[in-house]
Amino acid sequence: MSDATAVKIQKIRELIVRHKRWDVAFGIVGVLALMIGVLTFVALFLDMLIDGAPRLTWDFLTSFPSRKPDQAGILSAWVGSTMVMLVTAVTAIPLGVGAGVYLEEYAPRNWMTDLIEINVTNLAGVPSIVYGLLALGLFVYQFGLGQSVLTAGLTLALLILPVIIVATREAIRSIPAAIREGAYALGATKWQTTAHHIIPYSMAGILTGVIIGLARAIGETAPIITVGALTFIAFLPEAPITSEPPFVSFEWLMSGFTVMPIQMFNWTSRPEAAFQLNAAAAGVVLLIMTLSMNALAIYIRYRLRKSIKW
Amino acid sequence: MVSATVSEVTAAAAPPIQVKKSESRSLSFHYGSFQALKSISMPIYEKKVTALIGPSGCGKSTYLRCFNRMHDLYPGNRYEGQIMLYPDNTNVLNPDVDPIEVRMRISMVFQKPNPFPKSIYENVAYGLRVRGERKRALLDEKVEDALRGAALWDEVKNRLNDLAFNLSGGQQQRLCIARALATDPEMLLFDEPTSALDPIATASIEQLITELKAKITILIVTHNMQQAARVSDYTAYMYLGELIEFDATDTIFIKPKNKQTEDYITGRFG
Repeated sequence: MSDATAVKIQKIRELIVRHKRWDVAFGIVGVLALMIGVLTFVALFLDMLIDGAPRLTWDFLTSFPSRKPDQAGILSAWVGSTMVMLVTAVTAIPLGVGAGVYLEEYAPRNWMTDLIEINVTNLAGVPSIVYGLLALGLFVYQFGLGQSVLTAGLTLALLILPVIIVATREAIRSIPAAIREGAYALGATKWQTTAHHIIPYSMAGILTGVIIGLARAIGETAPIITVGALTFIAFLPEAPITSEPPFVSFEWLMSGFTVMPIQMFNWTSRPEAAFQLNAAAAGVVLLIMTLSMNALAIYIRYRLRKSIKW
Repeated sequence: MVSATVSEVTAAAAPPIQVKKSESRSLSFHYGSFQALKSISMPIYEKKVTALIGPSGCGKSTYLRCFNRMHDLYPGNRYEGQIMLYPDNTNVLNPDVDPIEVRMRISMVFQKPNPFPKSIYENVAYGLRVRGERKRALLDEKVEDALRGAALWDEVKNRLNDLAFNLSGGQQQRLCIARALATDPEMLLFDEPTSALDPIATASIEQLITELKAKITILIVTHNMQQAARVSDYTAYMYLGELIEFDATDTIFIKPKNKQTEDYITGRFG
């Protein structure tokens, strides 16, 4: 090997070493940035868990709130949250998916559609308290739905509608044009293409959006307070299934209610320290509810994406 | 631009024994303000393979996609002229003619295999399902016929319920051909059907095309001149949205009348 070649190789190696320092530097910065986020969350969660753990008993889940902190539970709160979420899902999913599909597949491309699209995107950024005020005026007073499960569910449905619409549209857009053209080329109508292809193939993305929306809705407090959720409830709404015909009852829709975050808020505003522990325990339960919804979203996406490769 | 006049082209290329299945008359096409096709007139003969060749961007795919009104799916597109479909003298481009009706008569196979993320069976049966066919026995029969017609039956008969994505690229493209055949179309459009395939899969698709023309009229876009020479009976050379020359494939490849065609064929250009 000539000296010239050796020098050249030496130079190249020095260059690589110098350049790779940046790889290392960015790696460190990246890990730090990640750690700040993750560790903060873990610390908060652990703190809450340690405070709340002694209260996390079966009785806590099956008891109504009480003046005595050690007897108080979250039964009415988690049942309320579940029922409100049910109303929200049943309303927001068909509306949001329908609107998203319409905008992507049916709407003519003109300024009107552009205007609607811009507004839908903007709606996702409207503060939730504004939805609360809107719902108070519209659902509670105008429609006379009262301070009910129905009102709360519809309010949260409005709140997450833009999330579902945007998720639906993005899921639809990820379907390759060739698949859509393939269906049309066989003589399918718009509706056949939508029902047989577009919606099934975008279902994974749509459901992910739905669950992210619901996970956001379950933690919302401000609009629910605005429409008048109660803070102390020692009863459950009517059961939706009854023993007498017609076996289903919708009275629970009009029932007063409370939800998890409001129960927590109520307890944290009490002077007694014991109630703070209850709030922490309720926080752990709420977080578990949210995380299991997200886990469900990941699982569904995994299942549905298995048959789709593009 | 030195281009043969329309009457010369059609007159020279139409031996009296050939029956026209379709024909474009002064067909122009605009993507918004861009004119992609300039007054193309050309016959498509029944049960023959007509190949469209030309450099990228010459408008051959655009021309092909006029035949099943694929351009209707996107806003801002405009057709001028006519595409006649015989024997019923239907103008495919007439706004009163429903594009769905056209697509039910003229099937299409795309550039990249585009099976639906469904089973092999459901892919082939889809055209029939769209037509409201529900009888299982009839569907079974048509699916088998179509898969045989696409030379795929023996490879997939034991796994009709497998996902179409599990097939190889060449098999997927033959599946797409079966899907297009299942509804007994009068005409089959191929848009560079082998451009995403390896040479062996390409050979099997070409073999299939030469077999299919016994039953069906075929219009094929290809960027591969050897392919046009191998599979087609007629060839059209297009350049910049114009039809430069149309004639029997032998004539185009052996003694083209137009200097531009000759340059392209011999590889001096394009």
